[in-house]
Amino acid sequence: MPEILRDAAPGSLLPYGLGRSYGDSCLNAGRELIDCRRLNRILGFDNSTGMLRCESGVSLSDIVDVFLPHGWFLPVTPGTRFVTVGGAIANDVHGKNHHCAGSFGAHVRQIGLHRSNDGLVFCNSENNSDMLRATIGGLGLTGVIAWADIQLKRVAGPWIDAQSVPFQSLKAFLDLSRESNDRFEYTVAWLDCFAGKNLRGIFFRGNHATGHRSEQGKKQGKKFHPKRGAKLPFALPAWMLNRYSVKTFNKAYYTIHARKKGMAIVPYDSFFYPLDSIRQWNLLYGRQGFLQYQCVIPDTNLEAFEELLDRIARSGMGSCLGVLKQFGSAPPAGMLSFPRPGLTIALDFAMRGERTLKLMQSLDEVVWQSGGALYPAKDARMSPALFEASFPHWRGFVPYIDPTMSSSFWRRVTEAQQ
Amino acid sequence: MTMVGIARATAMRMRKVVVLGATSGIALQVERQLARQGCELLLVGRSAQRLAELQVDLSIRGGAVTGAQQVLTYAADLACVQQHAAVFDFARRTFPDFDTVLLAYGSMHEQKDSETAVDILLDELQVNFVSATAILTLFAADLERRRTGCLAAITSVAGDRGRRSNYVYGSAKGALSLFLQGLRSRLHPAGVRVITIKPGPVQTPMTDHLPNAARFADPEQVARDIVRALERRAPDVLYTPKVWRYVMKVVQEIPEAVFKRLSF
Repeated sequence: MPEILRDAAPGSLLPYGLGRSYGDSCLNAGRELIDCRRLNRILGFDNSTGMLRCESGVSLSDIVDVFLPHGWFLPVTPGTRFVTVGGAIANDVHGKNHHCAGSFGAHVRQIGLHRSNDGLVFCNSENNSDMLRATIGGLGLTGVIAWADIQLKRVAGPWIDAQSVPFQSLKAFLDLSRESNDRFEYTVAWLDCFAGKNLRGIFFRGNHATGHRSEQGKKQGKKFHPKRGAKLPFALPAWMLNRYSVKTFNKAYYTIHARKKGMAIVPYDSFFYPLDSIRQWNLLYGRQGFLQYQCVIPDTNLEAFEELLDRIARSGMGSCLGVLKQFGSAPPAGMLSFPRPGLTIALDFAMRGERTLKLMQSLDEVVWQSGGALYPAKDARMSPALFEASFPHWRGFVPYIDPTMSSSFWRRVTEAQQ
Repeated sequence: MTMVGIARATAMRMRKVVVLGATSGIALQVERQLARQGCELLLVGRSAQRLAELQVDLSIRGGAVTGAQQVLTYAADLACVQQHAAVFDFARRTFPDFDTVLLAYGSMHEQKDSETAVDILLDELQVNFVSATAILTLFAADLERRRTGCLAAITSVAGDRGRRSNYVYGSAKGALSLFLQGLRSRLHPAGVRVITIKPGPVQTPMTDHLPNAARFADPEQVARDIVRALERRAPDVLYTPKVWRYVMKVVQEIPEAVFKRLSF
């Protein structure tokens, strides 16, 4: 690795993991990627403290497989397990426990970072702490993460004590969120984005099952961790996802989940990674693919949030996968961290060309005016101006960029401004 | 865990596996899966440093977190037949009741180079065929004497038919397949299994330089097939991914008069 970086031309490289970023933050058009997937060794583990040292290409899936049987789990996990540790750090990913655990970067104690000029640099809260803060959420631009020390979390077992609660207004969602945040480690909501201002959805909340509840999971003999789910073999024709089919799906999803109220013991993978059970689910959207839109809007600006939902509903272009979560107030772990206090919503939009882009631009306006932000890991199209508004301090990050690194995303959002 | 899962894990827990060429791309994935199932491993490879790192990785994956999990290493260049006696000796002394041997190393030079340079041609044959048969012969005799175990070696679909673009590598692997075929018959009365593993192109460091490498099979999937073959009684010859069994059947049926005109 040191040789690769030393010999590279300025701005020619970008580390690449499992490629689950939705946009171009993991791409480097016309230039080179460093495939980090084979940097996947576990370097050490302390069973008394839960401190794990592993290379950056180790996947979160791998960590769960190896350590959950010994009672250790990820401190923070995104909605898919098929991301690398390096990617989780570089995007400072968040999960259903943001309100009590913060983002992934908050649990990274130390990293070894390959830099083109300085070789392997150790970064922790005492040494090179600013480089650590730059690398967390740094989109891979500060160098290649060789390894990281991550604080895993003790859990009783693979079971989650979960509950789904239907709600029918934004106020109801906020009440649920407020009421649940103290009692539940994990909270998130699914949203029927066709419902517009008469918001409705399902609020999911849960805790790691302990004691007799955990035993109950075992006794029920429920299927634990199906290793490989079904696979979507080819791209579906684009017409199959239209406003009628999606509306029908959403209605059915709502009805089914609204009916099974109450606590239930579920395996961790169906709770955290529902989409991972269908491999290549992205092909649902046909050959044209889809765009993700994830923004955060400050808590203080609920009108803006309602306006956003209204625009989506009126467009009739929303999809089945709308996710809503209230972030906690933990300070950001990195210089360019996305999570901040407010409501975050993530939606898929099947790509229908100009129409889709127009809608997203109109959503941009709302986000902009509300003082919110867009999430780089999910973006393929935000304007430089919106990036500036989302990350007003990005210029302070620039000195930490490794001179050999660049990405399509970074050039797109900053080049005009530098 | 389902009942079937428990039964299988228990069956495999007894295994002690010697891996020859332990740092090869496919071997790495096989070892991880074996370690997770509780197998004990003896890893033989060239780089002592890489073996030491691998040892830590596999011990943790295998559950050294809580209990004892044996992963031994021995650094040797298996292409060099003179070193084989020491390797075998180490295995017998420190890992005496091993029951499975997996040969996983190989080399693939640029075919064009071995057409013009005889030393490269000979090196290709030495690594992939000569040295492989030599080390297998040592281990085979031991298993035959103990009347137990399983001997598996990774050859290649390239050995099923000589092709213009890689017949040197192909002939070495094809010869190894033939060797294994005979060995299987010899060891059958002693109850020792011999498995010929024929992967299609797999994404490993050995094939990174080839065109379309990104479309090759996932080593994790190939390893899954190999581990399953080690656990079961069948097959004698494993094609992985499975589709290659049928592809090669067709390729072998093409008349030579036609085949010699094909440029792949």
